[in-house]
Amino acid sequence: MGKIRPIKKYSYYQKTSHGGFIATKPNYAIGWGRKYSIFHYPFITACCGMEYMSAACAHWDFDRFGVGMTTFSPRQSDLLFVVGTITHKEAPVLKTVYEQMVEPKWVIACGACAVSGGIYDNYAVVQGIDKIIPVDVYIPGCPPRPETILNALLKLQDKIQHQKQDLRWNIIKK
Amino acid sequence: MEHNQKIKEILIEKFKEKVLSVKTDLGDAVVQVEKDAVEEVLEFLKKKPQDYSMLLDLTCVDYTGKKPRFEIVYHVFSLSKNHRLRIKCGVSEKDPEIDSVSGLWRNANWLEREVYDMFGIRFKGHPDLRRLFMYDGFEGYPLRKDYPLRKRQPKIKLRK
Amino acid sequence: MSTRIQKEARKESLLINMGPSHPAMHGTIRIMLELDGEKVRNAELEVGYLHRGFEKTCENKTYFNLLPYTDRLNYVSPLINNVGYVMTLEKLIDIKVPERAQYIRVIMSELSRISDHLTALAAMTMECGAFTVFLYYIKAREEIWNVIEKTTGARMTTSYIRIGGVRTDLHPDFKKDVEKAMKVTKDVLKDVRGLLDKNKIWIDRTRDVAVVSPDMAVNYGFTGPCSRASGVNYDVRKAHPYLVYEKLDFIVPLGEKGDNFDRYMVRMNEMEQSLKIVEQCVEKIPEGVPEVKGEMEPTEAIKASRTRKPDTKIKLSPNLKGSEKEKYPSILTDSKGVKVPPKEDTYTNMEGLINHFKFFMRGHGIRPPKGEVYFSVEGGSGELGYYIVSDGTDQPYRLHLRGPCFHIVSALEEMIKGHYIADVIPTFGSTNMIGGELDR
Repeated sequence: MGKIRPIKKYSYYQKTSHGGFIATKPNYAIGWGRKYSIFHYPFITACCGMEYMSAACAHWDFDRFGVGMTTFSPRQSDLLFVVGTITHKEAPVLKTVYEQMVEPKWVIACGACAVSGGIYDNYAVVQGIDKIIPVDVYIPGCPPRPETILNALLKLQDKIQHQKQDLRWNIIKK
Repeated sequence: MEHNQKIKEILIEKFKEKVLSVKTDLGDAVVQVEKDAVEEVLEFLKKKPQDYSMLLDLTCVDYTGKKPRFEIVYHVFSLSKNHRLRIKCGVSEKDPEIDSVSGLWRNANWLEREVYDMFGIRFKGHPDLRRLFMYDGFEGYPLRKDYPLRKRQPKIKLRK
Repeated sequence: MSTRIQKEARKESLLINMGPSHPAMHGTIRIMLELDGEKVRNAELEVGYLHRGFEKTCENKTYFNLLPYTDRLNYVSPLINNVGYVMTLEKLIDIKVPERAQYIRVIMSELSRISDHLTALAAMTMECGAFTVFLYYIKAREEIWNVIEKTTGARMTTSYIRIGGVRTDLHPDFKKDVEKAMKVTKDVLKDVRGLLDKNKIWIDRTRDVAVVSPDMAVNYGFTGPCSRASGVNYDVRKAHPYLVYEKLDFIVPLGEKGDNFDRYMVRMNEMEQSLKIVEQCVEKIPEGVPEVKGEMEPTEAIKASRTRKPDTKIKLSPNLKGSEKEKYPSILTDSKGVKVPPKEDTYTNMEGLINHFKFFMRGHGIRPPKGEVYFSVEGGSGELGYYIVSDGTDQPYRLHLRGPCFHIVSALEEMIKGHYIADVIPTFGSTNMIGGELDR
């Protein structure tokens, strides 16, 4: 007979500061649902697109992690996958696409050029997309191996699981 | 090799003073002509029997400090003779204009737009001279030697 | 933004924008169409969304430093860009390359060409709906990239071809790996031929669409598979042979009409010819130095070199395998000042250290004579040419790239006039536009 472990009390409902509710168990369940059904929008510009194609196909499939559905409509996607160099001419397009996406949304910056401008430090290249849009996961590499892309997707899934889920459905963005 | 010699003799015979110099450089024939005669020379080369039917490349080099400042380089190629030729002509900074060859070869349309975008040289007779690579509202000509590599441009408003 | 098509369009027609970020996985290009129902009346292209300032950056780097920038130009066939740049410099400085290195360069170029055609056809067929072909071709491409990775260290952007030769020798199991990759590729090609060659849907979609006559092809400056599909018999490997292509036996496939179907067939046939070239090279390649096994660890060797010259071989780290000092004569040239000195010398004696320092320091390094040069190789899409102007210092004064895609895409506006909007996608796919080469 060992020690008697005390029974922990879970409080399922807690009041938050803005007057809504946060529930821990439903929070977990909604996170579980969201992380395994991500619709992603591949915004492909340059060489890293070749490694994205490798990661999407049969060898290093990322469909088995739930990220398989590729949509080309920003309104219907959750994840913006920025792959490749972003130039100053392309930057307004990226910002428009990001603003058209609906909450909740996440961004992955894939490749050295998207993270910080890469080897191009000149008049034409944006030095990192976090100067324009907020980024969740950064993938280094030039180009990153497909296993690195899969690792980043797993990290993003962890983040989605443990963040405070946004349950509003009447979001009106001005 | 004998193509090099033949084409040099033909050009010197036809356009006497306008051809400034002719030489062979690492196996390629290089011809320097005056700015006003460029369109004539290229039209003559395109017709048969010379038959230089393909324009491979049209580019520009910026020699700051020298007169004339810019030098436009044409690479033409003849499929039947399998021979390449390089033609150069100088363009000064005060009068950066030259005749366009987009009537002879249709890929010169985009090539000349690229030279205008990067160096600022205008082409007379070009149907639609606009910037090709940089966005509207970009100030300056990037490939000139006095344009710094990391220059930041003024911000333009996001279009709605 | 004022565009030409907005000025020329009639009031009753519909203007559609196939914007810079679109599902055809070719990168970023903007196609503006003026439609009359479903037919395209007028078209305009806008490029420059991937202009990364390659030519301006190269004027600020030394000749050795800018090798990685050339990798990222045509990123589906990266080793061919390297070969083009390095051979242009070798023409300017006049360097002789050993024969084994020339054979290795040919093998790597042809493997890159196969992966270029695989990617182009995979994207083109996927957009028309044949999803299976995409998966099969990427499977074959993975096998080829596996072979390249074992020798060079990287799958895509390798910087493997150096001035005067190559970086390392082939890995010991090269022959076995290449045979396996070629077998997989042959099986895949046979399967896809059975799926698509006589398929009524595919033929209806691509026959007689975007026909390019030989005169138009020559006037627009087409080279490569797109011009050979129109019947123009020009291949840089046969017209101005470089490396060891004269000793190899291959044919150049030609098309008849110049429509999308011919461009697809020419690429399929070229892949088979490239496989034949790789087989011949693997048999004919001269013997290199067998695998070098070292005995002394580098730290002991450095200590020992302070008192006497070390006479036993040094064991180098696994990253430098294949570039030992004994292998140097077969993979790199004898000329001084253009190659990185072997690591054994750099670690152990003073002259090696000074050579290493002088090669990499700004102001010293590779300094070609004054002059200009133009050289071209056969890239995946056509004639890839480099024009270098040198002023005697260690940085190029001007470096210009003749990208083959540029001329082909400039004809796209005329190629899609009069066809339906659904024909734009396979036409655009068959031109094999690569953003890095088009916009530099």
